[in-house]
Amino acid sequence: MVLLLFIIILMAGGVVAWIASRFNETVGKIIALLTVSADLALSIMVWLNRQAYLDSSQDQWMMRFNAEWIPTFGISVSFALDGLSLLMIMLTFFLGVLAVLTSWKEIEYRTGFYYFNLLWVLAGITGVFLTMDLFLFYFFWEVMLIPMYFLIGVWGHENKTYAAYKFFIFTQASGLLMLLAILSLYFIHGSANGTYTFNYFELLNTTYSPEVGRLLMLGFLAAFVVKLPVVPFHTWLPDAHSQAPTAGSLILAGLLLKTGAYGLLRFVVPFFPEASLELAPVAMLFGVIGILYGAILAFSQTDFKRLVAYTSVSHMGFVILGVFAFNELAWQGVVMQMITHGISTGALFILAGSLYERIHTRDITSMGGFWARMPFMAVIALIFSMASLGLPGLGNFVAEFLTLLGSWSANRTLTIFAAIGLVGATAYSLRIMQKIYYGEARMDPHRSSHSQDLGTREKLIFIPMVLLIVWLGVYPQVFIDTAKRPVNDGLKLSEQKIRKSFEAREAVLNQKGGAHE
Amino acid sequence: MSKTDFLNIVPLFILTSSAILIMFSISVKRNHKMIYVITALSLVADFIYIVQYNAKIKWVIEPLFVFDGFAVFNMGLILMTALAVTMISFAYFEQREERKEEYYILLILATLGACVLVISKHFISLFLGLEILSVSLYSMIAYLRRREKSDEAGLKYLIMAAFSSAFILFGMALVYAQCGSLEFNGIAKYLTGYTQIPILLLTGFGLMIVGIGFKLSLVPFHMWAADVYEGAPAPVTAFIATVSKGGVIVLLVRFFTLINGYQYQSLMLIFTAIAIASMFIGNFLALRQRNVKRILAYSSISHIGYVLVAFLAGGSMGVEAVSFYLVAYFITTVGAFGILSTLSDHDRDADHMEDYQGLLWKRPWTAAILSAMLLSLAGIPLTAGFIGKFYLIAAGVNTDRWLLVSMLALNSAIGLFYYIRIIAVMFERHEGEEERQDVLHPSVYIISGVTMGMLVALLLWVGVYPEWMMSVIRTYVHN
Repeated sequence: MVLLLFIIILMAGGVVAWIASRFNETVGKIIALLTVSADLALSIMVWLNRQAYLDSSQDQWMMRFNAEWIPTFGISVSFALDGLSLLMIMLTFFLGVLAVLTSWKEIEYRTGFYYFNLLWVLAGITGVFLTMDLFLFYFFWEVMLIPMYFLIGVWGHENKTYAAYKFFIFTQASGLLMLLAILSLYFIHGSANGTYTFNYFELLNTTYSPEVGRLLMLGFLAAFVVKLPVVPFHTWLPDAHSQAPTAGSLILAGLLLKTGAYGLLRFVVPFFPEASLELAPVAMLFGVIGILYGAILAFSQTDFKRLVAYTSVSHMGFVILGVFAFNELAWQGVVMQMITHGISTGALFILAGSLYERIHTRDITSMGGFWARMPFMAVIALIFSMASLGLPGLGNFVAEFLTLLGSWSANRTLTIFAAIGLVGATAYSLRIMQKIYYGEARMDPHRSSHSQDLGTREKLIFIPMVLLIVWLGVYPQVFIDTAKRPVNDGLKLSEQKIRKSFEAREAVLNQKGGAHE
Repeated sequence: MSKTDFLNIVPLFILTSSAILIMFSISVKRNHKMIYVITALSLVADFIYIVQYNAKIKWVIEPLFVFDGFAVFNMGLILMTALAVTMISFAYFEQREERKEEYYILLILATLGACVLVISKHFISLFLGLEILSVSLYSMIAYLRRREKSDEAGLKYLIMAAFSSAFILFGMALVYAQCGSLEFNGIAKYLTGYTQIPILLLTGFGLMIVGIGFKLSLVPFHMWAADVYEGAPAPVTAFIATVSKGGVIVLLVRFFTLINGYQYQSLMLIFTAIAIASMFIGNFLALRQRNVKRILAYSSISHIGYVLVAFLAGGSMGVEAVSFYLVAYFITTVGAFGILSTLSDHDRDADHMEDYQGLLWKRPWTAAILSAMLLSLAGIPLTAGFIGKFYLIAAGVNTDRWLLVSMLALNSAIGLFYYIRIIAVMFERHEGEEERQDVLHPSVYIISGVTMGMLVALLLWVGVYPEWMMSVIRTYVHN
């Protein structure tokens, strides 16, 4: 029931905030803030009691919720929560609160509709992380898309229409391929077992020939690699990220990309372990290409937000590298990467937004020397650029280190190249500091708006982020423990499936051999 | 004629008699409101009768008509759609000077034609239905005589429809020459002996496909669609896009399943090619338009292409999917054209993109409803269009029509471009309110408002909780 509540609170809060701000915009904002905070509090409560929930259930799932929706097609409203999804929704609500706070002053145009969209994106993302019905999964996949389209298209920067368009078409087209794969899975399962259902747990037991498995996996993969994004499919990302309003970029980078990573862990590998294993070298190669390519492009950007967007491409390369390394270390690294990247990149986007509010440009060549005038902001920027380059002691280091450690045992050559990516990360992170905060001041220091340091609201945003990234870097064990069960179970399941199909094939071979003799 | 015969055919009587009643009442006194009420009431009465009578068993009136669940369901659908069109017509014609009352006679007759199509099982009833429908449409399209485009559209439709009727007639003649029967069952019986269609019969079918393809504006018989959609008054366009096409599709499904066309490769190949071509060309042409009515015209071409996917998939699921998609598509299309007609003024329909600029901030409800309709056309969740498209794909996957299904998915993605473009225009920032008088801005009639509200509620309801609609369709289709 709590699981349903997470989503309903957000959706209802969005509607109420919209209505309320027709009368008073501040009330609308406060309602939006309270809504997300309520969800955050709720999720933290669940997290604190996670052991109790785990003890009461036999498997990795802490909570489940089931209700009928369209029984004709075997579609149900089915949610389940395990450690992985718990971490993800906590991240969602944490960044959600920050997103509301960053928009507080930035958005002045049609605030009610803005917060409605913001909360509905969050609702869609929460749904994606929680649902255990593939139809519903696709449904939420779309629900998070449309409000995001509006966020970019209405409140974005100068080239917003193009960016919104591109974002929408890319994700929608790839989503349709996933829908096809989901439907085929549904029919294959139905015709084999007689029960037509979209239930995740039922569909996990579907068996199919390797050729079919490969095709189906490509359908799912299409949606996830576009979202993640993996390199040839990343071109929507820099446009969408740089044109979106600050909260939009925060949610895009912090959460929307994670739905792709989550989809890989939750659906692609457990459903199609064999096909994934076959694909692994290629996928890892693309991951490494993404790491290097993203880093190089990030280094050559002049638009601050575009720069940060390309660092996302680079960081997400680690995710795909880790997922297809198929071992616990790498997967733990991926989970950590999802969280830490959400926080560190999110923080960089908020910084870009704060700078934009002050100097109305994102061009880093016209910035410089802000350290002297905005020391607090500069320190924050330093912390998160260091996080982004993987400085030990901050969360990203743990994530990337674990991923590389895991992928080392899977593929050494590629891991070496991936590690080179860290050098690239150092280069572009330092460039951020160099160009913006050090050097000569290029802007008129006498205009007061140019030299205002962070205000209370902004400090309130950044301080929790700093604390969290340090916690993740210094004592990540809590998070690793939370994700342990799902990661291990997922790997174990895939291994079993591979072994079973291998045995089956061997048996067939033996039989054939026997007949031959 | 037996009593049951009569009871079954009553819906047609109600329509004809209400047409006559309107004619008389016009000769007594011209009163738009009164005529409108009569029209609406007779459609409602007809619908209630169908639901109440609810023939649980199939009834055949030899040799012309068949009343089975599929027919009755679609008849109800056609009546409700005609009712919705009537509702939006009132406000639309009220603000125009032409004599408005005769329009409703034509509307009812056209509905009658579509109903006859739905229940026909014989070439004669088919042709009669088709002609009643087309002849009424000629004058409906050209109803606003003072508009040049309206005249042009009417004439164009007249010529093309006459040609297509000739094709159908010739096709029927060839079929008759080969089978010696004008009845669907007779043709089916003749065909059972063949694994391949005899060449003369195939020619006959081919000619009929030309005619049918014209009515459905399938590629390559689609040339008229954009001009007619653009020229016709908005409610009439809604009618052409929904009722007239729906009737023909139902007929096609009935005929095709009866003769079991699925076993003939030649027929399947023709329809597959037509479906794919319609999807692609409809979408590509829509991409190139700047006129909203023309966009919707081309999008309707591709939507009929989508329906053909489920039609070609066949089986009970295919028929269900076709019915469901028709419901979703009708709601959406009438809704979209309804909004278009509430935005129109005396001189022209609101079909330029500029009419929609910043609409969300000027008339939020109107824009929200239109967005919902467009999203449904694009097949986005929470709307009926999504479930409809899902149903189509499911039907296609069920019988392994992978080529068609993947084309459908691809085209849904292409279609997004232009639907989203209209929405984007509506969402464009619009700061100043002062330019209001420049924009088309008629008073919104309460009736249209209520109709729109009901359509959008239906759209969301079917989208969120489709189980009800599905079970209705299933109970009707499977008896």
